[in-house]
Amino acid sequence: MDLYQQTLFKLKQYWAERGAIIQEPYDMEVGAGTMCPETFLRVLGPKPYKVAYVQPSRRPADGRYGDNPNRLYKHQQLQVILKPTPVDVLEQYMGSLEAIGIDLSKHDLKLEEDNWESPTLGAWGIGWQVMLDGMEVTQFTYFQQCGGVDLELVPAEITYGLERLTAFLQGVESVYDIAWAPGFAYRDVRYNDELQSSVYNFEMADVDMLWKLFALHEKESQRLIDGFADYEDKRRYPLLPAYEHVLKCSNNFNLLDARGAISVTERVGVIARVRKLAVGVAQAWVAQEAVR
Amino acid sequence: MNFLLEIGAEEIPDWMIEPALEQLSKDFSALLAASKLGGSVQAVDASPRRLVLWAEGLPAGQSDGEELVTGPPKSAGAGAAGGFAKKNGVTVDALETLTTDKGEYFGYRKKTVGRATAPVLAEALPDLILKLYFPKTMYWTGKGGPRFIRPIRWIVALLGGEVVNFELAGVKTGNVTYGHRRLGSKAAIPLTYENYERSLQENFVLVRAAERKQRILDGIAKLGANVKTDEKLLHVLTYITEWPTPIMGSFDESFLQLPKEVLVMVMRHHQKNFSVERADGELSNQFVAVMNIDNDNERIVQRGNERVLRARFNDAKFFWDVDQRKKLADRVNDLSKVTFQAKLGSYLEKTNRMIDLARELGGDDAARAAHLAKADLTTEMVKEFTDLQGIVGGLYAKAQGEKEAVCTAIYEHYKPLSMDDSIPATKTGQALGLADKLDTLRGCFSVGMMPTGSKDPFALRRAAQGVVKILIEGGWSVSLKKILGGDAQLEEFFLDRLKYYFREIQGFKYDEVNAVLAAGSDDVVDAHERLKAIQAVRPTENFEPLAASFKRMKNIVTQANFTGGIFNAALMTEDAEKHLHAAAESLRGKLKGLPYQASLETIAGLRPAVDQFFDKVMVNAQDQSVRNNRLAMLAGLLSEFSSIADFSEIVTG
Repeated sequence: MDLYQQTLFKLKQYWAERGAIIQEPYDMEVGAGTMCPETFLRVLGPKPYKVAYVQPSRRPADGRYGDNPNRLYKHQQLQVILKPTPVDVLEQYMGSLEAIGIDLSKHDLKLEEDNWESPTLGAWGIGWQVMLDGMEVTQFTYFQQCGGVDLELVPAEITYGLERLTAFLQGVESVYDIAWAPGFAYRDVRYNDELQSSVYNFEMADVDMLWKLFALHEKESQRLIDGFADYEDKRRYPLLPAYEHVLKCSNNFNLLDARGAISVTERVGVIARVRKLAVGVAQAWVAQEAVR
Repeated sequence: MNFLLEIGAEEIPDWMIEPALEQLSKDFSALLAASKLGGSVQAVDASPRRLVLWAEGLPAGQSDGEELVTGPPKSAGAGAAGGFAKKNGVTVDALETLTTDKGEYFGYRKKTVGRATAPVLAEALPDLILKLYFPKTMYWTGKGGPRFIRPIRWIVALLGGEVVNFELAGVKTGNVTYGHRRLGSKAAIPLTYENYERSLQENFVLVRAAERKQRILDGIAKLGANVKTDEKLLHVLTYITEWPTPIMGSFDESFLQLPKEVLVMVMRHHQKNFSVERADGELSNQFVAVMNIDNDNERIVQRGNERVLRARFNDAKFFWDVDQRKKLADRVNDLSKVTFQAKLGSYLEKTNRMIDLARELGGDDAARAAHLAKADLTTEMVKEFTDLQGIVGGLYAKAQGEKEAVCTAIYEHYKPLSMDDSIPATKTGQALGLADKLDTLRGCFSVGMMPTGSKDPFALRRAAQGVVKILIEGGWSVSLKKILGGDAQLEEFFLDRLKYYFREIQGFKYDEVNAVLAAGSDDVVDAHERLKAIQAVRPTENFEPLAASFKRMKNIVTQANFTGGIFNAALMTEDAEKHLHAAAESLRGKLKGLPYQASLETIAGLRPAVDQFFDKVMVNAQDQSVRNNRLAMLAGLLSEFSSIADFSEIVTG
């Protein structure tokens, strides 16, 4: 039986052999691997790209103080972007499952319709959730639009839920029982993070401060987006930093949401504010592509 | 010649397949007809990865023919004839004379050379394939590329054994297909029209949906599982597998303490498993999963499914336990934080409005049910299993000792979920269902959120349809105007819903519906009774002619711009006129207290007198006072005998 980290090595190796850049996690808070610039910005424009990376993804509202065997505040995704999509992409994907020891002639694999959409990013795609013996292990998406922009080359996004997948492989009931490294379980590595973050996110996060941070990052991002049009040397223009402020907004929004500080009505409005920024960066990014 | 088309795609969503096949068959038949090719579609079928069409009797090519081209009229002269001949590349002697209704014309018989079938198909098929309608399509070859439901990966197009060559989305047609993703041959599988199905079967694909369905049913029978019949789930499983094999699994008996509704919801909707019943009809701790592989001899898939189900049930149990810590009654105030709709406030406000309406309709039990009905929206269980809203509330209410009538009402108050669904079984449930839906409708209309065209984000049409269904099928003889709160636009909206219900759901003829509703629609139960009476009387001898006469009366009265006047018996001059008056008088006495159908039959008996009147009497008499008197009589008859239905709306043959 492979340890958590061995499964990870194998998956990275598998995609490295297929020409993907193996990236490290993005060094900022994100809700999903899709939000990293390695996906959100790289899928834009006409240049091919292939990348795979593990991304710890924060969903404050999903935190359960480390009590729930399957729900986590921060879970790990393996994100693979293949742009453009190779014609045998599903074959390659299934090969990756076989590479980590899943004999697909003995397991039940089904692709069930599931179209992914992120209103916050102005992004959507067509695809499936991949069900393995009744469990969702991967989200597979053909990106169609990102930041409100129709994509030139259609990338395939393969997002593996690593905890679920390895719990399945190791036959454990709780993600906390996953053997991560020799002598270390998932619990040993992550439990404190889950507990303390849940306490902070649900009970102690300062709502006023979060709103202020949201507004500050929003303002800074918007200022940068607005300045792009008149800036002479487009190549130098800091759109990546502008996008990082969007990510900050998004994370603050998620924290506010978990804290119960956003009413259902407000929600739509705040999402629209984040989307406006994401769309602004995406459009400028596409324009910058020509001189990059 | 026979023809085989297989569109090989990545997994197509189950629910889109049958409509696409239907269109494929129709469009291909239309192509054969439009291209003047013979032959016919033999069958269409599909698996998630292939849409297939079989056709037979196609000719090698179109037959040669001729086309008659009509030129200028003969009267246009020789010059025109010359021009026409030249345009067709012939000399004037090749023209002939065509005699038509409009005179003589120059004509030319143009010979057409038939094309071979293959190029005709090759030209038309790419478009035909891309025009198959799917609710949500994608592009995959790049921006501006072709759109389809999922990427097309191969195409088989075989005409009499030969490949019909064309290219679509970078895919060239061929004579090879692909088997099951993991059980079939890794290599392409060569095929012919005749051995296509067999070749696929050898590679673990049943291309016929009916065979897959049968394989599932046989498998279940072999397992000896008493599976709860579920056509919808069976259909889904048929179309998300190429080689379906059912297996049985079980879960810990202790989970059976959870409400059956929750267990079944998890199994059906989340896991696509069939639930299994014991001999006594109770839910058993077993389930049937349908795999897309051949067998599970090592019980790997079974254990995997059991593990997932256990985790799901554990979640549900956790939700149940957590939710019980706070009673529904204590959750009502929390609804102030749950927005119903921005302009209409929170669910607490909605609850308070519903209480009043429910009490009016169904008394104290309904009011209590309304007080608690939306509280389950704050529970973990409903947050997780949204489709169980109402049901969870009902179950919790029961666990918390509420009255049976109250619990049942909460449990069923979202019903009917569709026009196929039944209405709440209890009066209190109906009252609560009405109060909930009416509040939504009145609220949305009051802030201007009416459905427009295909946009109906609050599902108001469904809500109104539900109200109509409950009123009629539950026998709620109430004033629609009153329960709609006097909103004219809402009343009009309901009139449409009412018409839809009577026509599409109950199957009444549209003119009967119009006739009945024109005579009043405030009490829909009464309208339904009148409609049934009309339908029963319609085929009788006197009815349609009488209806025609009523229409005539109405036309006369309308055209005369008759605005009123008092009928005066002394002003009658003709016998037929007096006779009609007397007949109507005697009818008046007979109608008292009669049920609708008998009333209509009696009114139909007026026909001879009416016929005679129109035969013998000129309504538009010279004498103004006689004329007005006749109009007054007709207007009186119209209004008096149109209380069941406005007969003039009946379309008579």
